[in-house]
Amino acid sequence: MTALVALPVLLPLMAAGLSLAFGRFADIQRVLGLVVLGAIIVNAALLLYVADVHGPIVLQLGGWPAPLGITLIADRLAALLLLVSSVVTFAVLIYSIGQRVADYGRGTSSTTFHPIYLMLCAGVSLAYLTGDLFNLFVAFEIMLSSSYVLITRRTTATRVRPGMTYTIVSLTSSILFLTVIALVYAATGTVNLADLAQRVSELPDGLQSSLGLLMTIVFGVKAAMVPLHFWLPDSYPNAPAPITAVFAGLLTKVGIYAMIRTQTLVFQHESTWQLMLAIALLTMIVGALGALAQDDLNRMLSFLLVSHIGYMLFGLGVYDIAGLTGVILYVVHHITVQATLFLVSGLITRHTGTVALSRMGGLAKAAPLVAVLFSIPALTLSGVPPFSGFVAKLALLQAGVDAGTWAAYGVAGGAVLTSLLTLYAVARVWSRAFWGRPQEPAGDPDPSDELVVGTGTTSPAMMVASGVLAATSVLIAVAAGPLADISGRAAVDLMHGETYRTAVLGGGAGG
Amino acid sequence: MSTVNLTMAILLGGLYAGGFYLILQRSLMRILLGIVILGHGANLMLQLAGGPPGRPPMVGDAAPAMMTDPFPQAMALTAVVITFALTTFLLALAYRAWLLLGHDEVRDDLEDRRIRRLERRLAESEEDEEEMETEATQ
Repeated sequence: MTALVALPVLLPLMAAGLSLAFGRFADIQRVLGLVVLGAIIVNAALLLYVADVHGPIVLQLGGWPAPLGITLIADRLAALLLLVSSVVTFAVLIYSIGQRVADYGRGTSSTTFHPIYLMLCAGVSLAYLTGDLFNLFVAFEIMLSSSYVLITRRTTATRVRPGMTYTIVSLTSSILFLTVIALVYAATGTVNLADLAQRVSELPDGLQSSLGLLMTIVFGVKAAMVPLHFWLPDSYPNAPAPITAVFAGLLTKVGIYAMIRTQTLVFQHESTWQLMLAIALLTMIVGALGALAQDDLNRMLSFLLVSHIGYMLFGLGVYDIAGLTGVILYVVHHITVQATLFLVSGLITRHTGTVALSRMGGLAKAAPLVAVLFSIPALTLSGVPPFSGFVAKLALLQAGVDAGTWAAYGVAGGAVLTSLLTLYAVARVWSRAFWGRPQEPAGDPDPSDELVVGTGTTSPAMMVASGVLAATSVLIAVAAGPLADISGRAAVDLMHGETYRTAVLGGGAGG
Repeated sequence: MSTVNLTMAILLGGLYAGGFYLILQRSLMRILLGIVILGHGANLMLQLAGGPPGRPPMVGDAAPAMMTDPFPQAMALTAVVITFALTTFLLALAYRAWLLLGHDEVRDDLEDRRIRRLERRLAESEEDEEEMETEATQ
């Protein structure tokens, strides 16, 4: 039973090694990757079921008791996010195989892509499942090192720079993370999250809040909250579509997850968290306005990503059960939607050969299926009922209004405004790219057009993958009832850390 | 709990300040050196979190009271390996940049270049207008 907790990390790691060994056999690599990621979906679903019915599943690695060894723990939140993430990684793998086949034919393999992608999945799983601060750092490093390689693979002269920006910013924030771990250890003498929860509350107030703030900054860089978001719109759009999709869907959310976990379990707040509310409002508005200013489709989507990170911070800032329920719903919905949007944007640019919206047109007639695939996640993202974005936004807004402080009201107003701006931004894409007449390629190419890869053909696998993700986001709306229930229970767990602490440290143990 | 000694605190401050100064430079080689120095700073900090320097971490070399906490040393070891791996990756990236671009400078970002292009276009159209005006007056 407890082995289930280790498998989502172990399977992709071992498969990565095998995949590298079979570097010359494209089909074996593909089947291996799909089988392993498919197995993780099943595994995560099982974990979610068991964690929901029987409480958190804990695995003490190597049999070392809790505060000494490394703990892996799957509670409701971790299992739920693992499930959604594994669906996304699975769909994106299908898409990238399809893209590879469309570009180079079936026989060729890319040797490194599959192993590195599997490593990335292992890192993401470990980040969700770990119950240890230093292990969380290691998980981030596994995930980020793989992402550095993915974003700088096959670099051309134009792609080197964004890759550098991404690598350097992430590395710097990782070193900051290490520094914070050192400070936390110096203050408390432990890095086990459950144990930390106890020890941190015994520290003086000033020390507590400064450690908590440092932690927020570290994860804020990873999650791209304003004003630490500057690297994201600059680097994400420059990777190939499937890679951007998995980065946008997962990496920033892992940052949010780490923030939720540490801020609820370790650094408890008394009431609504004014600073976080202010940052949430700023993130929403700056992201949405940035998106309106863009003519480049991928950059626009990246700014929208930043803006919607603000919603998750909003729920965290409200800091009660309703708020956290909203955050969990929002993260689940946003992981699938943002990944779908970037995949579809890959389809669009393959049809048009440009990322500049001002040069697109007539796609609704030329590629009706792409139009349908774009409209579903676009409407979902802007929160139009009956899609899943509406459910998540409604939960957040209700929590904000119920919180009843003027700050929460203000941010709730900002959230509504941001929804409208998002709707405007995606409607602009619709009217520019899908309506009108196809345009002649202009003589003076846009600087970012150098980044478009492979034009013309799309393979059915790419369509299927985007379709599967779009269907998943619709499914989230259909299953909103049970999902909201599970999120609610997960939020209760988060607010009362007792379940987590007893599961890790054993009954009665308290440090 | 003992306080960190002053020499170590100054050393840490120096490492962090130097590291961040170098990261803000334009050449990728300097940024890389900055990250290496920052990494050293972070690792030293981890070590100091375990207790004053110079004490043995192994059982049997000293009385338990005179030992340092071995746990941060294990963490520092992991962190050293990670920093090392990423340094080699950055070196490879710098080399690639140098092969592709002929230098290893971090370029202005896309938005900056777009704004500059727009500025150039505006300047050109203004010149055109001025020329037309002068033609008209003549």
